[in-house]
Order: sequence, then structure tokens, then C-alpha cells
Amino acid sequence: MQITVDVNGTTYSREIEPRLLLVHFLRDDLDLTGTHWGCDTSNCGVCVVWLDEVPVKSCTVLAAMADGKTVRTVEGLARPDGLDPVQRGFLQCHGLQCGFCTPGLMMTARSLLDGNPDPSEHEIRVAISGQLCRCTGYENIVKSIRWAAEYEAAEFEAPYDDESFDEPWIGDAEVKA
Amino acid sequence: MTAPENAAETPMGYGRMLRKEDARFLHGRGNFVDDIKLPGMLHGAVLRSPYAHAKILSVDAFAAEAHPKVLAVITGETLAERGLAWMPTLSHDIQAVLATDKVRFQGQEVAFVIAEDRYAARDALELINVDYEPLPPVVDAKLALAPGAPLIRDDLEGRRDNHIFDWETGDKAKTDAVFERADVVVRQDMLYPRVHPAPLETCGTVADMDPVTGKLTMWTTTQAPHAHRTIYAMVAKLPEHKIRIVAPDLGGGFGNKVGVYPGYLCAVVGSIITGKPVKWMEDRSENLMSTSFARDYHMHGEIASTKDGKILALRVKVLADHGAFNGTAQPTKFPAGFFGVFTGSYDLEAAHCEVTGVYTNKAPGGVAYACSFRITEAVYLVERMVDCLAHELGVDTAELRMRNLLTSEQFPYTCATGWEYDSGDYPRALQVALDMAGYDKLRAEQAEKRENGELMGIGISFFTEAVGAGPRKHMDILGLGMADGAELRVHPTGKAVLRLSCMTQGQGHQTTFAQIVAEELGISPDDIDVVQGDTDQTPFGLGTYGSRSTPVSGAATAVVARKVRDKAKIVASAMLEVSPDDLEWEKGRWFVKGDPEQGRTIVEIALAAHSNLELPEGVEGHLDASCVYNPPNLTYPFGAYICVVDVDKDTGRVKVRRFVAVDDCGVRINPMIVEGQVHGGLADGVGMALMEGMAFDEDGNHLGGSFMDYLLPTSMECPSWELGLTVTPSPHHPIGAKGVGESATVGSPPAVVNAVLDALKPFDVRHADMPLTPAAVWCAIQGSPLRTDLAIT
Amino acid sequence: MQVPAQFQYERAASVDHALSLLAKYGPESRVVAGGHSLLPMMKLRLAQPEALIDINDLEELAIIRVEAGQLRIGAMVRHAALLDSVVAGEHFPIFHDAERVIADPIVRNRGTIGGSICQADPSEDLSAAFCAVRAIAVIRGPEGEREVPVREFLLGPYETALAGTEILTGIRMPIEASASAYEKVDRRAGDWAVAAAGAAIRLDDGLLAEVGIGLTAVGATKFVAREAEDFLRGGPATDERIAEAAAIASRHCNPFADQRGPVAYKRSLVATLTTRVLNRALARWHGDSREP
Repeated sequence: MQITVDVNGTTYSREIEPRLLLVHFLRDDLDLTGTHWGCDTSNCGVCVVWLDEVPVKSCTVLAAMADGKTVRTVEGLARPDGLDPVQRGFLQCHGLQCGFCTPGLMMTARSLLDGNPDPSEHEIRVAISGQLCRCTGYENIVKSIRWAAEYEAAEFEAPYDDESFDEPWIGDAEVKA
Repeated sequence: MTAPENAAETPMGYGRMLRKEDARFLHGRGNFVDDIKLPGMLHGAVLRSPYAHAKILSVDAFAAEAHPKVLAVITGETLAERGLAWMPTLSHDIQAVLATDKVRFQGQEVAFVIAEDRYAARDALELINVDYEPLPPVVDAKLALAPGAPLIRDDLEGRRDNHIFDWETGDKAKTDAVFERADVVVRQDMLYPRVHPAPLETCGTVADMDPVTGKLTMWTTTQAPHAHRTIYAMVAKLPEHKIRIVAPDLGGGFGNKVGVYPGYLCAVVGSIITGKPVKWMEDRSENLMSTSFARDYHMHGEIASTKDGKILALRVKVLADHGAFNGTAQPTKFPAGFFGVFTGSYDLEAAHCEVTGVYTNKAPGGVAYACSFRITEAVYLVERMVDCLAHELGVDTAELRMRNLLTSEQFPYTCATGWEYDSGDYPRALQVALDMAGYDKLRAEQAEKRENGELMGIGISFFTEAVGAGPRKHMDILGLGMADGAELRVHPTGKAVLRLSCMTQGQGHQTTFAQIVAEELGISPDDIDVVQGDTDQTPFGLGTYGSRSTPVSGAATAVVARKVRDKAKIVASAMLEVSPDDLEWEKGRWFVKGDPEQGRTIVEIALAAHSNLELPEGVEGHLDASCVYNPPNLTYPFGAYICVVDVDKDTGRVKVRRFVAVDDCGVRINPMIVEGQVHGGLADGVGMALMEGMAFDEDGNHLGGSFMDYLLPTSMECPSWELGLTVTPSPHHPIGAKGVGESATVGSPPAVVNAVLDALKPFDVRHADMPLTPAAVWCAIQGSPLRTDLAIT
Repeated sequence: MQVPAQFQYERAASVDHALSLLAKYGPESRVVAGGHSLLPMMKLRLAQPEALIDINDLEELAIIRVEAGQLRIGAMVRHAALLDSVVAGEHFPIFHDAERVIADPIVRNRGTIGGSICQADPSEDLSAAFCAVRAIAVIRGPEGEREVPVREFLLGPYETALAGTEILTGIRMPIEASASAYEKVDRRAGDWAVAAAGAAIRLDDGLLAEVGIGLTAVGATKFVAREAEDFLRGGPATDERIAEAAAIASRHCNPFADQRGPVAYKRSLVATLTTRVLNRALARWHGDSREP
């Protein structure tokens, strides 16, 4: 069957099998490998993306279900003028170590802050309670999201010059082989 | 709201520094093995045994091979023809790559399908017909050596039982004598259950045998790329210079990604057979059921003390469940890893332990999940025994520890089993933790709560770790000595590239090792590239596990940077036309003693080293150096942990209210990263103490094969960690640093368990095994603690 | 790699369209809503329907409303929406108590009330909650609409009174004076219950005019502790009577031993949790904001 999906603002039309999972559609068909998979039972949450503005576990959504809808992934998180405050927060507060759970968590964090610009520590922990991290013990993830909330509240007064992160990063020019 | 704090500027050396590697992960542009796509790439899938123990009567792959999208099916027979059906393990046993005669654990690899895409590969698995004749399995390690127990390893000639090894350490006669005369002896059985590292990225590889050049390239989830390369050379008999192993970004490792798994080898064979790259990524159930588990030590501990609470000796017997193949990944001479440091953080007169390893019908492994080669087991044993002793004597657990901890004057300290602890100030660390926790106030609160029938517990764990394997004379993996190389090149314009044999899985190496070079040379960490993971581009070494990166590769980095600095001194002396002896160093430049204006920066020296500057006789140009660092000893980080829990006595639910962790890992290169490492390990402790565990039923069915059953802690179970530190440099490490990656995983489980059992003191519960699920706690309160390794039948 | 077997896929544009698709594809077709029960089973190949009829676009089923003294919750209402619903929480706090501990926030964004009830998992928290409040299932089929009390809708593990040609369109319950509560014991946030209990009560002149006690994951017949309900009804809500009711509930359920715990423990939990939710419901009835 054919599906047409808006992903991060670009429309894609592809021929797929109905059984294709959304996470595989994004990773294998569209080469958007920032969204990951990590379990078989919808527990780990490294696959979280937005479907029509709502965070979902893309391993438990069919690509067919996204037909005619919008999807947003980590690749669409950065703003035209730089990192999203959530991304800045994770950088500032050492909210990632191996980086595998990070995209899904940032998508959840972005959604949380959109609806609740001043979340308490408890509210943050509840919001991310469906997503696992094996590296950080959650401490700095919570701090990162709180940092992002405060940064947004301070109306993007960039407290320092972080141009270095708009430069090409290691891996950009590397062939994936 | 005020604008939040932002990072300080990039330090020229040690200090809090934001990570250089973060950019790609924040943009979703990490390069993990499953992200890799090569032209013509095929997909592999493994067919696994549903039985824990069964003869294989036949394997019929005809229907699978006929599937239009399947290119090949490999069976044990296919591999046997190539002499590859069995491969050596890291413990000098052999392991089946694909089963031929029998299957010996549920989930064991039986066949490998290669198809055009992963969905077709999955479909094809169902088309393979395997005829099994089930056999009675050995599931209970305690029955593995019972007379008449089913023989698991009948593939090994002359084998008559499931016994693998006996090992002992310490002085038995001396220890027995001390126990004989001791006022107080306390005995306790305890299980460290089978658990799993479960990194969020599972294991896998893309194997690409180029049929034209004969070069095999593998992008693999490996923490030890060079070891893998050498192993493939030995096992698959491929020329080693034609093998390239690349570990790209790894989504966590924790010891799960050290060994060579059958799926990797099958992917290699698949690539050889098809002439195309073959990707094999296991799914989560495969990861949990077949890759290296951790622990599974049935321990019997005995502690002897005076009636005044002076601990005299420890005596331990361990039954080690190794699964169906002995595949533990630890240095050759240590079949029980570094369990010998069960002597702990106390001054013992004597100690002795015996470890018996047995086969069972379960997956192979045992050394994994941040265990520092069985130190998790050792620390759990000693810290639980100390609490049991405190319970017996009616002494406060902090008080008992304070009375017995090694003091700083006693270092370097050789413990009763021969390990030389390098440095430490233990009482100070414990005091810092007690002060941070507000210990006396907590005990007062507990007393009050006990009056009201409320259960609150305070648990302490003081651990000594031993990391940084290790001196090559004593420590090798499969005969490869554990000394690691480092290469540093400074380019003409003063930027540098550091090539290392270790392999980060999230520990921040791209940043911290650049910081070491910065500290030594005064080149900004932003100007230093750290290269790891590609065996074609990096020097030989044994990789990253056992918290060895900072102790070994960190030392190598400092040594190689100092070599560059020494070389720079000579170049500077030629530039300044003075003798090298007239020069003095301040970070970033050599200058003339007494005339500081006269100096040359490292950047100027780099250019000059590549220029037409005449250099003294015997001195080569450029500004490069390499070394191989053979550590003289392990390093001994330590810590004092205090956990506070509240227990619901009717439901058994445990809430971890607070966790205070004071760590000493010597000099801290980047405190931000050290703290992150500790945070992660503390969560492991909550997980293992309260919810993680792999049980089996009597048929050998694995009951923890998914994240619905193998439970990992979430943000809700973890408190906000309270960290403290002391700094006791390692006297033998070039920069005084020790490892830290596994400290919290080692130290935290006993703190949580001790806390829960402390909470249950009103019910006189002496011990209950992990995981202390609500059911386990409730059963302990009722007076019948659960056995947690086998299913309730 | 756990991925589903092949199937055909159709997107329903209306309830009637969904019904006609079910008829067209026959007994091997299944409706898929949030998919967080069905898709995991399909990935593990424990379920292999030949056709899936996607009803996620049926907005008319995604409404919570009060109408003619009834609270109506459409089958496509996501767990997150029920948790967020002020009107539902106001009249039936049991739903908010339960939703807070069902799965996790991301799964709740997608999973639906209807999907959960139709899955009829013996550990489904909403089943016990809806049974406690004596809700009614509203069903549409080729013959038209019919209603079945949820207590009669859930026939057993993974079995409901829904015919293969029918769709659950929603749940309704009368809004009367009542108070309710739910409590669950799990091994970890998001896990299925070891045991859970929900209570809904109405007092009249100091006596319990109606009592509903729902039990999760302990094999209680029809997810309720009927004998305990019968015992309490018509009498005063004293500590002794509540304790007796809890003991009755504990005796009459049918838990089995598994990795979550032995039978004795689960029975004990039933007693403990039944007591707690009855007390919490009572506190709410009396307007006591200090919850026990």
C-alpha cells in the first residue's frame, strides 16, 4: 500500500507493507536513524516520536497509521537558528552519555514543556517514566529538562556563545561505512 | 525566573567541561551499528532453541531456503564443514556457534537465515523445521553436581559431570584457626541473582567480507575491537591484517559487549557465502536470553569477630552458575575474577574462599554488568556479612564499620588474599557520607517511626574496588596481556590527534582523554581529536570494561603526552639555542629558567618540529609519540554509600527515599562525567536490589526474556542522588587517577539491601535475597523468605 | 527482530464503515485502536489476524461527555484523555487513580479505553474500575446498538461478549452521588498489577446503599468481589465491617502464583487494598481532603 506522511515538514510518499512498523519506516525507508529501537514489548521508549503532535512509541504504531498525518522526530527538533532549548539543556547538564535513549527523551521533554512550561521535578519524572536509561540514573536528564524550562522562561537570552554546535560535527562528513 | 547556569569555558586540562561528542547525539546523528547501511546489504536472523536441553534429531531448512527473499540458511552442519561449529570462549572452554548435537540452553543458536530484509528474515525463521528430543535440564545450580544429574557437556571428551573448576584463595589453615578462637561467628547464605547488563542498544554487527580484496570489515557492538580482531583471526583463520573491526557509537555496553557472540560469526560466514555485507542485530529477547548474563553466585559467608566487634576473618564458599558453556570474560588466571577482594575494606587477620564453578542449562556468561570481574559479588558478600554481624552483636552498622575500616596509615595495604590496595582514607569517606546523610537524625527518626509501627531502613555499604586490569604478567584475556597502547600526534599547526585502544560506550572518552592531553601539554581539548574503536586506526589494547580506561589508557595518554612534551623540550631548546636543561615548563610552553620572556609555545614548537629547523643529533623530527602502558598494579577506588528506604509493611513495597554516595576515585579529570558515571551505577543498585532478576522454571524456561519481566528502574524508582567526594590519588598512576565507571554498580546493591533489611529489623529478618520485590519483602516479614532464582512451583 | 506477520490493512472512516469492513474480512479480521495490546501480540506472533481495521480516525468515539445524567466515555478515548478529563475525575476519581498507574504516559497517549476493555486482560486496571462503578458497555453491530453491563461483558481472560461483527463504541455510567478510589501494587512503575483494588460507594443515611469492589489480577470472578459487596451493602461502614469485607474478598478471589508473588501474598494484598480503597472512598465521600 502507499502512504503519504509529513515528517519534520517534508512530505514523503512510499510504497510499504501494512505490517511495517513506524520506527522501521523512519529508520530504513527514510534514513532518519535518530529514532532508535531497544525492546520488543513497548517498554523502553527509545523509539518515541510525535504523531500529530503527540509523543508515541513508534515501535507500537504501524507506518500505515501515520498515513495522512504528521510525524516529528529528533531530526526535526533543532530550530532554524540553532539547538532547541531541550537540546541545549541536555548538553549543558550532561543529560546524555551513550546517547541511545536521548532522542526519545528529548521528544517527550519538548512535548512536556510545550504543555507545561514550569514542570516540577516530580512532574518531569512522571513524564519520562515510560522511558528507560541505563547510563545516567535519570538525575541529569531531569536537570536538563528543568534547565530547558528555565532557559525558555528567560526568553532565550543565550547566556553564552555556543556557535560551535552549529558547525559540522564529527561524523557529518563520514561515510556511513 | 533567572537564566539558568551555563557551563564555564573549556578548561585547559581537568575540570567540568561539556562533552565534545554530544552534538551528533543531540541531532539524532549518532552512528550506531543498526544505523549502518551498505549497498547490497542483507539481513540475518537467528533461529533459537525453545528447549533448555534437547538432542537435535534433524534440521530441515528446505522451506526457508525456498523463500523468495532468502539467500542462504546456515546450520550447525554448514559451520561444521568449515570447522566453525564451535568456537573458543574467553575462559578456555568451547561454545557452540550453531548447535550440532544438542541444545544446552533455551535460546541457544540453532540456525542463521540470511534474507533481503529483516522482515523476510523473521518470516523465514518460521519455515525452518527442527526436530528435538527433549532431555531433562539442570536448572538448579545446587543440583548440578548431584549424583545422576543430567550431563550437559557430553561434547567434551571424558567429561562425566557438570563440574567446571574449583578455585581458592587465601590461607585456609590460618583462617580456620582464627575462626576456631573467635568469640563470635556469624554465618549466612546469600544469592547474588542472575542479572543482565541490558544496554538499550542490543548486540549486533554488519559483516562485510570483500570478495575482491579479501578484507573483512565488521562494524560491531564491541567494547574490545582489537580483541575481537585477534579472536576472529584465530577462530576463523583469517589473516589478521585483513580484518578490520570498527566499533562505531555504542548504545551502552556495561560488559554485555565484550565477548564474541555466535551471531557475529554467523554474519561473517554469511557474508563470505553471499559475497555481500550481512547485518545481524539481535532483538531484546535474544539479548536477555542468550548474551552474557552477570553474577549468579550462590554464596555462603562466615565472619569471625571478637565480642567487641573487631572483625577478624572471613570465610566464603561459592557455587558459581556458569550456564552451559564457560564463557566468562575475565583475565585467564582468575576463573572467579577478582572475587578475591571479598576481604573488603577492613583489616582482617585472615581470609579464605573456595569457588566451585558448575554448568547448568542456561546461557553462558557471568562476568558482565559492571561487575569489575566479580567485585560486585565480593562487595555484596562482605557488606552483607558486616551487617549480619552488626545484627548479631547489637551494634550500629556505621559504628561497626568505623571500628574496622582500614585507616590511611595502613596504605599501601596488602589484604589477606594478596591484593595490594594502593591508597585510601576510609574513615574520612564514611564520615563525609554520615554527615551528608544526617545519620544521627535519621536514626532518631527511625526510632520514632518504629514506635508507630512504621518501617524505615538505613543501609550502609563501604566498598573497595580494584580496577584497571592490569599488569600483563598476571592479567591477560585469552593470552593477550592487558597492556594498552596510545599514540599522539601533534600536527604542524598545533592541533593533535590521540589514538587509543579503549572504546567508549558513553563514558565521555572523546572529552576526558583530550582533557588529559590538555593538562599535560597545554593544547586546548577542543583542538585534540580522540580516535577509538577502529582497529585500522588505533593501537592494540584490550578495550573498555572493568573500569580500566582511565587507569590504563588514561595512564598511557599521560605517558605519551609527556613523551611529546619531552620531545618538545628538545625542539624548543634548538629554537632558543639553549640547553634543554635550561628550560622550565608551564602549561603550554617551555621557557628559559630565570628569563620567562624567552619561551616557545607548544603551537610554535609543533610548527618548528615539522620545519627546516636543525635538530640535535639522534633527535627525529615531527612531534609524535607512542607508548604501551603496562600498569604496575590495579587502582583501588572506594566509597561510602548510605541508602534510606521506607517500607510498606502490608504490601512489601519499598521506596528509596534518599541515597547518599561518597566516592573516591583519585584525581578527577572531569567531575561532571564522574558524577554521571556514579548516577548511572546507583540506579543499577536500585534495580538489582529491588526488581532485576532472571529466574527459571523447572523446565529451564527463562522467565526474564523481555522488559516486561526483566524490570529496569525508571525515573520513578530512583531518588535524586546526593553525591559527595574525597580525593585520594593513586600513588602509582601517572596522573593519580583511578577508575570509577563501575564503582556505583558495585557499591549500591548492598546499601539498598542493607537498608531494606534494616527496615525489617522489628520482624527479626536476618537476610532475604535480591530482588526484594514487594512479594519478597512481604514473605520475609512473614518469616519465609523467597528463593529468587527459581520460579515458584 | 519481532515484527508482525503479513496482514491486510483498512482505515475506517465511520463506525458503519468499520462494521462493514469487519463483515467483509470475516472472523480473521480485528479492529485496531491504540494498538498497544494488539500490536505487541502481533509482533510476537501470538496473534496473526489476516486483516486490521484501523479505527483511529473515528473522532466521534473519542469524546467524554455528560448526557442525561450519564457519563459517556467513547471507546476511542485515550487513557491520557481520561486522566486529563475534569468531568470524569470529578464524578469518578477511581478512573484518575487507575489511569495514573496504567502503563506509562507515552503508552497512555495512544492506548484507548475501548481497546483495554476489549482486550480483557485479567490484569487490566480499567476492567476492575469499570466493574466497580457498574458501568455499561455500549456496542454497535450490524443489527444495531445493544448494551451489556461491563460485569457481563468480560467473560474471562481475553474473552468478551463482543461478537466478531461488532464494535464497542463506549462505556456509560449513571452519575449519582458516589465516591470511589483505586490502589495498585506493582513491582515497578508501569508494570501490570501484582494486585489492585477499586471501590465505589454510595451512602444513604449512614449506611452503604451501594458498594462496588473491583479486583485486578487476582482471578476475581467478573473482576469483582461480589460476596464482599453483598456483605457490606445495607450496613454501616465501620472498621470492623470493612475488615470483614476485605477478608471475604481475599477468600473469594483466585490468584495464581507467578513471578509477582505467591498466592498467600496476593490474597493478603486483596485484603489490604480492599480496606484501603474503601477507606479512601469513604474519606472522599465525607469530603475529607486528607486522604488516608
